[in-house]
Amino acid sequence: MDFQPTEDQKALCEGIRSFVEGQVPNERFPELEKSQGFDRALWSELAEMGVFALRLPEDEGGVGLGYSDAVLVFEELGRRLVPGPLVWSHLAAGLVDGAATGETVVGGLDLTSPDPQPLLVEHLESLDVLLVLRRDGVYRVDPRGLAAKPVEVPLDPLTPVHEVDSLPEGERIGDAAAAARLRLEGAALVSGLQLGLAEGALELANAYAKERQQFGRPIGGFQAVKHLLAEMFIKQEAARAGAYNAGATLDAPEVADVERAVASAKVTAGEAAIRNARTGIQVHGGMGFTWEVMAHYFLKRAWVLENAFGTQDEHAERIAEILEASLG
Amino acid sequence: MDLRYTPEEKKFRDELAAWLAAEVPAHGKPPSVHDWPARRAYDTSWQRKLFDAGYAGINWPKEYGGRDATLVEQLIYFEEIAKANAPYVGVNFVGLLHGGPTVMAEGTEAQKQAHIPRIIRGDEVWCQGFSEPVAGSDLAGLQTRAVRDGDHYVVSGHKIWTSFAHVADYCELLVRTDPEAPKHRGITWLIMPMDLPGIDIRPLPTLEGEGEFSEVFLENVRIPVENRVGEENDGWRVTNVTLRFERGTAFASDMIQLQAYVRNMVRAAKKITSHGASAWEDKALRREIGHLYGELESLWAMVKLSVCEAKATGVPGVGASAVKLYYTDVYQRATELSIRLLGRAGLSRSDVGDLSSHLFWNRHFNAISVSIAAGTSQIQKNIIGERILGLPKEPKAAGA
Ligand SMILES: Cc1cc2nc3c(=O)[nH]c(=O)nc-3n(C[C@H](O)[C@H](O)[C@H](O)COP(=O)(O)OP(=O)(O)OC[C@H]3O[C@@H](n4cnc5c(N)ncnc54)[C@H](O)[C@@H]3O)c2cc1C
Repeated sequence: MDFQPTEDQKALCEGIRSFVEGQVPNERFPELEKSQGFDRALWSELAEMGVFALRLPEDEGGVGLGYSDAVLVFEELGRRLVPGPLVWSHLAAGLVDGAATGETVVGGLDLTSPDPQPLLVEHLESLDVLLVLRRDGVYRVDPRGLAAKPVEVPLDPLTPVHEVDSLPEGERIGDAAAAARLRLEGAALVSGLQLGLAEGALELANAYAKERQQFGRPIGGFQAVKHLLAEMFIKQEAARAGAYNAGATLDAPEVADVERAVASAKVTAGEAAIRNARTGIQVHGGMGFTWEVMAHYFLKRAWVLENAFGTQDEHAERIAEILEASLG
Repeated sequence: MDLRYTPEEKKFRDELAAWLAAEVPAHGKPPSVHDWPARRAYDTSWQRKLFDAGYAGINWPKEYGGRDATLVEQLIYFEEIAKANAPYVGVNFVGLLHGGPTVMAEGTEAQKQAHIPRIIRGDEVWCQGFSEPVAGSDLAGLQTRAVRDGDHYVVSGHKIWTSFAHVADYCELLVRTDPEAPKHRGITWLIMPMDLPGIDIRPLPTLEGEGEFSEVFLENVRIPVENRVGEENDGWRVTNVTLRFERGTAFASDMIQLQAYVRNMVRAAKKITSHGASAWEDKALRREIGHLYGELESLWAMVKLSVCEAKATGVPGVGASAVKLYYTDVYQRATELSIRLLGRAGLSRSDVGDLSSHLFWNRHFNAISVSIAAGTSQIQKNIIGERILGLPKEPKAAGA
C-alpha cells in the first residue's frame, strides 16, 4: 500500500493546475459571469487536457487513468472554481458520443434522491445532452426542447439554473445499477471539487491574513485569526484524505466498502468546502462581504456542490445504514 | 495512490490476526481501573507476550529487540490490535513511545543496554516528568533545579500531571542545569530511578476520581551523572526528539477503536426508547452518527496519508498536528453524543440497566483530556498557523 500520490499523479496535477491558473485567472470572472459560466473554447481545451476522457480506456481514445487520478484533477478544477457541467461530462465519456472530446456538452439531473423537487437543471443553455439518473435507470434527454425557464437569480454567478416544468422520460441508456454507479462516481468526483474549494478558500484567506494590517500588525498574527486559519487547514486535510480515499477505493474495490468510502468523502469534503468558504469570508472582514473579493464564489459553489449527487445528510444516512448492517 | 496490500503485508495481517484471536481472550479481562498494581501487571505481562511472539516494539529496530516493521505493517498492526480489542500500550506508553525511543536515538551504549531490552520485554515501566505547575504549555519555563555535585546531579523541584508515576520504575526527567542561560538552553534530560530517596509521589485525583497521574516532589534527589541523556544543557533538543515520536502514531490504535465505540453507540441507541420508539429510529440521530462514522473513515485515511508521507521523508509529517486535532474534535463530538443518548441514565457513571454508562463516561472524559495532554489544541493550532501556514509567530516571553 502506498497512499501518497505518485510522481505521475503529481505531474498530472501540476499540468492541470498551471493550465487552469493561466486560463481562468481572477480577472476573467466578470467576463465568465456574462457568458453564464460557459466558454466553448475553454471547454475544448479542458477536453484536450484530458479532463473528460481521463478514465476512458486508451483503445477508446481515452487517457486510461483511474478514479484517484480523476479526483486529483477535479481537486485542481475546484481550487480555481472552473465552471461548467464538468462532472457530468466526465461521467458521460464513453456513454455519450462526443462527451470525451468536448464536442458534446453533457449535463445531468440526479433524480435518485428521495425528494428531488423542484427540478433545477444547471447550465441548461450550454448543454447538448441531458443525462437523467432515475432509480430504475439512466436516461438521455434532449435538453433543447425542454419546457424550462431560467431562475431569476441563480445562487452561483457561474452556475446558471433553469427550472424545468415537465421532464420527458427520454431514451433509456442504462439500467438501475448503472444509475447507482454513476451517482456513486459522481459523488466521489464532486468530493474532489469540494476539496479544491476548501483549499482555494484557505489560500485566499491565508494570503489576505499576511497582507492586511490592523493595529500595526498583520491580522494573521492575531491568534483568533491564526486559529481560524488552522481550523481551515484541518478541514482541508480531512477533506483531502476523504476524497483521495474515495478515489483510491473505487480503484481497488476489493480493499474496502466503496459506498462507505464515497459517502464518507462527500460528508467530509462537503463540510470542509462550506465551512472553509464561510471562515474565509470572516477572515476578510468587510471586504469578504463584497462581490469584488473572490471569497463569496467559494461559498456559492460549495452550496451548489453540496446538492450534487446527494447531500451530507443523505450520505450520512447511508453510512448509518451501512453501519447498522455491519452490526449483524 | 494504491490501497492494495502486498502479499507480504497480507501475510503479516493474517498471522497477527490469528495470534491475537488466540491470545486476547486468554489474557483475560482488564482489572479495575482503580487497581494500579493489577493494571501494571496486566499491561506488562501482555507486553511480554507480544515480545515472545515477536510483536513488541513494532517500529523499533531489530538490534533493540523490535520488529522493525514497515510503516504499512505498523498501520496494519494498529488496525488489528483495535479490531481484536487487544490491550494497547497502557502503562508502557512512556517507555515504548517516548523515553525508549529517545534513549535509542540519543543515549549512550550503556544506557541502551540497561533500558531498551527491559522496556521492550515489559520489565520496566517509565513515566514522564516534564510538566511543572509553572511550566505546562510553556514547557521550556520549567524550574526543577539540578546542581552538579561530583558525579551526581542533586535535583529539587515539583513535577505535576505525571502519568503512571506511582507504578513507574524510571522517569524521563527534565531539569534546569543553567538558570542563567536563555530558557531553552539551560535544560538537561535525565533518567531518574523512581526508588531514589527524596522522591515523594502524591496522588492527584483526576476528574474521574482515579489516579492516572500524580504530583512528584523532588528534594535533593541524587541522580548519577551517567544517567544524563545527551549533553548538559542540550535537553531541549533531546526533548524535541521525544515529542516528535509522541505526535507520530501514538493515537493510531485509539482512532480505530473509536469506530467500535460508535458501533456500540448504535447498539445502545437501539435499546434506549424515547417517545415509545427506539432512539435509533430518530432520523436526526442516525444522520449525526452516520456523519461521525464518515468522518472516522476520513480520519483513518488521514493517518494513512500522513504515514505514507513519513515513509517518503523519514519523519512524521507536518500534517501530524492536523491529524491529532481532527481526531480530538471527532472523538469529543462522538463521545458527547453518547452522553446525550444516555439521557438521565447518564446521571450514573456505573451501568444502569443494560446501558454502558461507565464506558461512555470513561471515554468522554478521556476525550476531554486529549485536547490538553501532549500539547493543547490551542498550541497545536499555533504550530499549524506558524509552521505550515507561515503566519507571524506568537510573542515570546521576556528572557526566551
Ligand atoms: C491526562 C493528562 C496526562 C498528562 N500526562 C503528563 C505526563 O505524564 N507528564 C507530563 O509531564 N505532563 C503530563 N500532562 C500535562 C500536559 O502536558 C499539560 O497539561 C499541557 O501541556 C498543558 O499545560 P498546562 O496544563 O500547564 O496548561 P496551560 O499551559 O496553563 O494552559 C491553560 C490554557 O491556556 C491555553 N494556552 C496556554 N498558552 C497558550 C498560547 N501560547 N496560546 C494559546 N493558548 C494558550 C491552553 O491551550 C489552555 O487552554 C498530562 C495532562 C493530562 C491532561
